[in-house]
Amino acid sequence: MTSDIDRTAGPKGSPSAGPEAIKAIPVRHYGRYVTAVIAIAILVAIIYAFSQGKINWHAVPDYFFDHRILTGVYKTLLLTVLSMLIGIVGGIILAVMRLSKNPVTSSIAWFYIWFFRGTPVLVQLFLWFNLGLVFEYVNLGPIYKNYWSDFMTPLLTALLGLGLNEAAYMAEICRAGLLAVDEGQSEAAHALGMSYGKTLRRIVIPQAMRVIVPPTGNEVINMLKTTSLVAAVQYPELFRYAQDIGQNSGAPVEMYFLAAAWYLIMTSVLSVGQYYIERYYARGSSRALPPTPLQKVRANLLSLGRPKGGTA
Amino acid sequence: MTGLDKTDASPVRDSSIPMVKAEGVHKSFGPLEVLKGIDLEVRSGEVFCLIGPSGSGKSTFLRCINHLEKINAGRLYVDGELVGYRQQGDKLYELRDREVALKRRDIGMVFQRFNLFPHMTALENVIEAPVQVKKQNKAEARERARQLLDRVGLADKADSYPSQLSGGQQQRVAIARALAMDPKLMLFDEPTSALDPELVGDVLDVMRDLAESGMTMIVVTHEMGFAREVGDSLVFMDGGVVVESGHPREVLTNPQHERTQSFLSKVL
Repeated sequence: MTSDIDRTAGPKGSPSAGPEAIKAIPVRHYGRYVTAVIAIAILVAIIYAFSQGKINWHAVPDYFFDHRILTGVYKTLLLTVLSMLIGIVGGIILAVMRLSKNPVTSSIAWFYIWFFRGTPVLVQLFLWFNLGLVFEYVNLGPIYKNYWSDFMTPLLTALLGLGLNEAAYMAEICRAGLLAVDEGQSEAAHALGMSYGKTLRRIVIPQAMRVIVPPTGNEVINMLKTTSLVAAVQYPELFRYAQDIGQNSGAPVEMYFLAAAWYLIMTSVLSVGQYYIERYYARGSSRALPPTPLQKVRANLLSLGRPKGGTA
Repeated sequence: MTGLDKTDASPVRDSSIPMVKAEGVHKSFGPLEVLKGIDLEVRSGEVFCLIGPSGSGKSTFLRCINHLEKINAGRLYVDGELVGYRQQGDKLYELRDREVALKRRDIGMVFQRFNLFPHMTALENVIEAPVQVKKQNKAEARERARQLLDRVGLADKADSYPSQLSGGQQQRVAIARALAMDPKLMLFDEPTSALDPELVGDVLDVMRDLAESGMTMIVVTHEMGFAREVGDSLVFMDGGVVVESGHPREVLTNPQHERTQSFLSKVL
């Protein structure tokens, strides 16, 4: 009985104020401080070790904008873009083939993906380079005729090797994207009298892009790095030029760091581009578009400018 | 005359031909027989309601009418023409996808889950088929779409994406989208089943308005009030067959068949 009375009496003591805001002492996470200190210590030790190592760091800025390096950067980008183009176009074709009702085309697509995904790119590059053993000539009738070894330039080898391999991966990404679109969408389009092709182009693919773009961005970044393999088939790009300079200037390791820095710069720029493409295809899928990085920075600066305003 | 009146002009056609005629329609999904011989006739300008428990085959039958599902036996005619096939002598030829698409232009369909295109605004949804399929001039299609959106009470939502609209608003956009093709027949597949009870009324108002304008409508529904007030005919289906049919008021208030009685006692 007494407890009942106490309970009813409690709120009456502070009639209009409502419940009191909780002021509790937060739990202290001492473990977090310890791990943070350990992590920073290890980081500092690593950086110190690198700065004290027998590496001539000055060589890196000396050659950073060397014309050979810049040519290499250009060729790496060119290879990436062209191979990805082959990969994306091939991937879309293969994905549509795999989803088609024709058992022959879908099995061919399956077989293609099985082969190109199941063997290493480096092996494929060498195979393309040496296919002259199978095809002695490239003979396109009156238009073109040449020895395979003359026809298969290092650039073409690199493009075919990287692009056709990429197509196998892109096919699976595109297929996942096409399957992710609700079946009701194509039904609605068909009910409106749209043909299969038009439904695919206007309704299904634009929605599939939302699923396709993020892993494709990943593939572009992967491709940019994989281009370093084509040095093996005599096509010079960033890594090859960096190696060459390293051997001539007596600073081989330094040039590896230089190449790594350039790769990092390029992948970072690509990530930013990916963000904007994703944002474009997100329209309609969420109520408000996510902010661009610039908008985010601006919003953060504004909220920093008036810290008191945040609590009010 | 503006395009808006086109739907009202349907009496011009030969009204002796039924808009939809089904003769012994069968449909199976693998071993499962969903439709076991449906015979019915939908007259032009009529509001035809299909009711029945879930799994009774009413949605499947509706989807057969615009050939989203292929029937296995029987004959199905829309406006006197065979659905999905062409008959020459005593042989049936399957229609090409393009020919099927051509026939679907005249049949509007509204889905339970709206199926609006999420990457397009309400207005873009409505003009998509007229511009892409009928090759209508974009400006004209837009003008017409605004009239249609106004007709369903959403003139101010033309630039909203489907995700920014409530279910009831989305369904009304979907109705406008179907009307933009000037169909002679509208199919409604449980148009209010996915809606909050509060929003059902707005959609039914639009459908009532459409019925008054003379549109031929086949409505699969659980809204018995709508069927009674607006419907001209009603069919109760169960287990893939038509159990009972007649005027909605009669069937709903005085069902003859035992199965109809037990169904209605549960839903009314």
